[in-house]
Amino acid sequence: MSPILVGIKRVIDYSVRVRVKPDGSGVVTDGVKMSINPFDEIALEEALRIKERNLATEVIVISIGAHEAQQQLRTALAMGADRALLVQVDGPVEPLTAAQVFLKLVQKHQPQLVILGKQAIDDDNGQTGQMLAALWERPQATYASKLELDGARARVTREVDAGLETIEIDLPAVVTTDLRLNEPRYIKLPDIMKAKKKPLDVTTLAELGVATPTQGIRTLKFEAPPTRSRGVMVKDAAELLAALQQRGVL
Amino acid sequence: MNRALVIAEHSLGKLNASTAKCVSCVQGIGEVEIDIAVLAADAGALAAEAAALGGVRRVLTLERPENVEALAAVWAPQLAALAGGYTHLFGPSTTFGKDLMPRIAALLGVGQISDVMAVDSAYRFRRPVYASNAIITVEAPAGSIVVATVRTASFQPAAGGGQAPIEALAVTATLPTHTRFVSRSAANADRPDLQTAARVVSGGRALASAENFKLLYQLADALGAAVGASRAAVDAGYAANELQVGQTGKIIAPQLYMALGISGAIQHLTGIKDARTIVAVNKDSEAPIFEVADIGLVGDLFTIVPELERLIRARQ
Ligand SMILES: Cc1cc2nc3c(=O)[nH]c(=O)nc-3n(C[C@H](O)[C@H](O)[C@H](O)COP(=O)(O)OP(=O)(O)OC[C@H]3O[C@@H](n4cnc5c(N)ncnc54)[C@H](O)[C@@H]3O)c2cc1C
Ligand SMILES: Nc1ncnc2c1ncn2[C@@H]1O[C@H](COP(=O)(O)O)[C@@H](O)[C@H]1O
Repeated sequence: MSPILVGIKRVIDYSVRVRVKPDGSGVVTDGVKMSINPFDEIALEEALRIKERNLATEVIVISIGAHEAQQQLRTALAMGADRALLVQVDGPVEPLTAAQVFLKLVQKHQPQLVILGKQAIDDDNGQTGQMLAALWERPQATYASKLELDGARARVTREVDAGLETIEIDLPAVVTTDLRLNEPRYIKLPDIMKAKKKPLDVTTLAELGVATPTQGIRTLKFEAPPTRSRGVMVKDAAELLAALQQRGVL
Repeated sequence: MNRALVIAEHSLGKLNASTAKCVSCVQGIGEVEIDIAVLAADAGALAAEAAALGGVRRVLTLERPENVEALAAVWAPQLAALAGGYTHLFGPSTTFGKDLMPRIAALLGVGQISDVMAVDSAYRFRRPVYASNAIITVEAPAGSIVVATVRTASFQPAAGGGQAPIEALAVTATLPTHTRFVSRSAANADRPDLQTAARVVSGGRALASAENFKLLYQLADALGAAVGASRAAVDAGYAANELQVGQTGKIIAPQLYMALGISGAIQHLTGIKDARTIVAVNKDSEAPIFEVADIGLVGDLFTIVPELERLIRARQ
């Protein structure tokens, strides 16, 4: 048996209406609610369920980012993770760098599974899991909506454009979560107290031996998207049909 | 001169429409020679389809039995081996391309640009972030290969009329056996495809059951439309997962999108921003969907939808 590694990214909460700063340098984050990336909560829930079935030794949660990401790691510990690691980095972290960090941690902890979100809802990249699997030379099962472990193998149902696809992979492997994999548990008050005593270590890219990228993809500016405006209101089905005909859609 | 390789997506022996959209995105670079890579067990008919796309220089086929299913772990090493000599490697931002392209990028040691929605130059692109609440302009480092996925809703398919030569290639790459295809199931194979349909009728939590979703199917049939759904409707089991529209489902750009009993959460709106006409039917006049709808109707969908279907059929 071996541990499971789970990625926990700190992102703007999904319910916040994100706004671009007037100078185009980024989005407004002052006073904005921050949370665990929703897909990562699902990843953690899945890992906890596997451990509860005695199929893993421990669940290690990892965040790469600002000092403040310790809050999200504490939440993850309260949900039930055994220990946490913050790789402290100031500024944005590209998926390739995140994948390189996970690769180092995989080499250190020898997990049977790394469970990540299918995408982080801030940058919407959806790359880290696939990149880690490539660097690690192991299977990837992205967009998982069902994960069944069977000894040294896993059977994964994936949500793909055509419907559902099932693949079989040898472990160790990388799995990325879709929304319907599970429903994350609620945290109870005593768990928050317990989480304060669980280990949360902090390290850096340099300590892990991951080079700070100098030549990556650069973001030049942020813009607000073009907005759609409110159209006409009609009062019944007949008027709706007439309005469609008038617009030339029917 | 830029040299681009587009990875063809296909299923059931046919090229997916996303391939022609990737070609048209790449054409936006300007000075560029475009090749298409077709990986398959039997590439014949697919390669012929790809060769007929306008503006394509060559179609390269990689035929091997292992390529029968698009397993990223199997395809990526072959495509990484083929990437030398190209300045750009593009695939669609469908579940196929999103699964595959980052794996290739990592093998090449470069980052990836996801969901390209506009091309400013060979190294500058625009893409959505934060569920399309912001658009960023990104620049890839000149001198290293640009790997990207293309947001298909943002591009028209490339024109036809091409006659590109087809070349069979063999690359030496050891292919892993650790990943095996088992099965695929599609619930709605006999209906118009949500991603390419000109009209989409979409239902939300308000439908309240899978049984009631039949109302939408009947309206969709009258309109020749595909059916879509909100996440709430999919989660509740009223509709199949592949019908989900939105940030984490499908991003679509139909001529007509009808949102029936859908509130209009940010994550849902992301999926329909490029629709030409949005119609909303909702019994709550304050529902956010009305802020983006071109035509809005406040009322009960259970009376409006059958009535609308009847009126449409009466016209035909
Ligand atoms: C990370 C993340 C990703 C997400 N991704 C997506 C995504 O890709 N796609 C997506 O859709 N959602 C997504 N969501 C969920 C999203 O936030 C909303 O919860 C969801 O879109 C709501 O679905 P709904 O509009 O059907 O349900 P509700 O918000 O419950 O709205 C139902 C609407 O129906 C109306 N109604 C009720 N009865 C009737 C009636 N008889 N006649 C007419 N109208 C009626 C109500 O007034 C209400 O406006 C995501 C959420 C998260 C956190
Ligand atoms: N900085 C990070 N810290 C922790 N996990 C991350 C980080 N970046 C990416 N991940 C993981 O990778 C997934 C996909 O992220 P992305 O490729 O950025 O969309 C996330 O859901 C996380 O599980």
